Amino acid sequence: MVAVLEQTFRDRWGYVLAALIGFLGDFDLAEEAAQEAFAVAAERWPRDGVPSDPGAWLVTTARNRAIDRVRRNRTLAEKTRALEVPTATEDSVDETTFPDERLELIFTCCHPALATDAQVALTLRTLGGLTTPEIARAFLVPEATMAQRLVRAKRKIKAAAIPFRVPPDHLLPDRLAAVLAVVYLIFNEGYTVPPTRGDLAAEALRLGRALAELMPDEPEVHGLLAMMLLLEARRAARIRDGELVLLADQDRSRWDAAQIAAGRRVLDRALALRGRGPYVVQAAIASLHADEPRDWAEIAALYAELSQLTDSPVVELSRAVAVAEEQGPEAALAIVDRLPLEHYRYLHATRGELLRRLGRTDEARDAYARALALAHDDAERRLLGRRMAELGGVSGPPAG
Amino acid sequence: MKYMLLIHQGSTPLPGSDEWEQLSEEQKGKVYGAYKEINENPGVTPGQQLQPPETATTVRVQDGRTLTTDGPFVELKEAVGGYLLFEADDLDAAIELAAKIPAASMGGAVEVRPIGGW
Repeated sequence: MVAVLEQTFRDRWGYVLAALIGFLGDFDLAEEAAQEAFAVAAERWPRDGVPSDPGAWLVTTARNRAIDRVRRNRTLAEKTRALEVPTATEDSVDETTFPDERLELIFTCCHPALATDAQVALTLRTLGGLTTPEIARAFLVPEATMAQRLVRAKRKIKAAAIPFRVPPDHLLPDRLAAVLAVVYLIFNEGYTVPPTRGDLAAEALRLGRALAELMPDEPEVHGLLAMMLLLEARRAARIRDGELVLLADQDRSRWDAAQIAAGRRVLDRALALRGRGPYVVQAAIASLHADEPRDWAEIAALYAELSQLTDSPVVELSRAVAVAEEQGPEAALAIVDRLPLEHYRYLHATRGELLRRLGRTDEARDAYARALALAHDDAERRLLGRRMAELGGVSGPPAG
Repeated sequence: MKYMLLIHQGSTPLPGSDEWEQLSEEQKGKVYGAYKEINENPGVTPGQQLQPPETATTVRVQDGRTLTTDGPFVELKEAVGGYLLFEADDLDAAIELAAKIPAASMGGAVEVRPIGGW
């Protein structure tokens, strides 16, 4: 029962909180009321059974509690919209369904007037239902810092009147891009840093699924979800004995085939909607990477498309890797050497690999050494160390 | 909801300056037109014109003594060049208006500050 309750709480938190914020117009009041309702549920449900519509039960209970609280507190009353509501008896739960306002909530949390780290924290707190200490741990910042960040963000939403709504059409493309960027950032935090923080990736997937359900006609929403599913499917194979394993060396039997299939279904949906934005293209690339043998020409072509869309040298670097497989290291090196990524460790790691293949061992060693100096964590350092060791000891002039 | 829009000129050419004179008549007309349109917006209370930041005096009191320095509190380029008040539904509306202020696209920036209300 406890597990069932926890799962329900987890699943419903975002919905309940969004409905309450929409109704009360106040983040803090809504959060308190939601917490109170969940506490009541934890006490009653084991005894009386789980109501037929747990979400509606929770919203109604929280709403009634909030109205009582507002009535008791006049200053609070002046600040909220709740007063106009006629009656609220403690436990009359009419179980009407409430509109799903999670979209309004996520667009508010990801409003560009908030700093990105605040957007991320607020999204995880309100939609994900993560506690402040959980978010602080996930982002490796002190709890007090994270608490302060959340307080400040909520204060700004209120003081500056950031609207609680889905943006109108002329603002929607930019705002949706901001929302997707936040979800992707959460996913990346959970995906790229070993030891991988799977809980954040799982959280991003939950948000991605919710968005796909709420905005079924937006191809980029499906593109992001597809990409996350396809990348996440390879998680188990990315780390072996605590070491980072590159895609080419991964044990494919450890990939999650069902999840790859699910990702591809979502990608098909995005393509059917004529999506061709950055997330859809990245999902298509991730899908091609799951094939064996890989179609490097197609992958390189998609990276070229992505490069056009994003104008990002990092994407060009990925394209170079595909070009190396398709046309050979020489053509790839020509691309890599044009990129303004002097301080990017993967640029040097990639150069090292290309130079090694070209037999330019000394240059390869220098490039690996530069990558090593820029490496972020031990798993990366060990991987680069292994690569350097494979170049052999003191080398003479490059062969060939 | 009421906002104050603080206009920071940055490197925006100001009427009377050489840079301003280098603008075409059409460009100048656009700037005047934009300000006129903004001031005619029903939610807007236009600010009074400020003399350039070079004319500012910054005042501090230390140990009971009044200290003055020549110039604005921040760097000249960062100083407030003008302001207006805007009564709007929400921050999105205020951001939209701010983006129409010529300084925002000519080398300066507009700071949107909510007013009072607690």
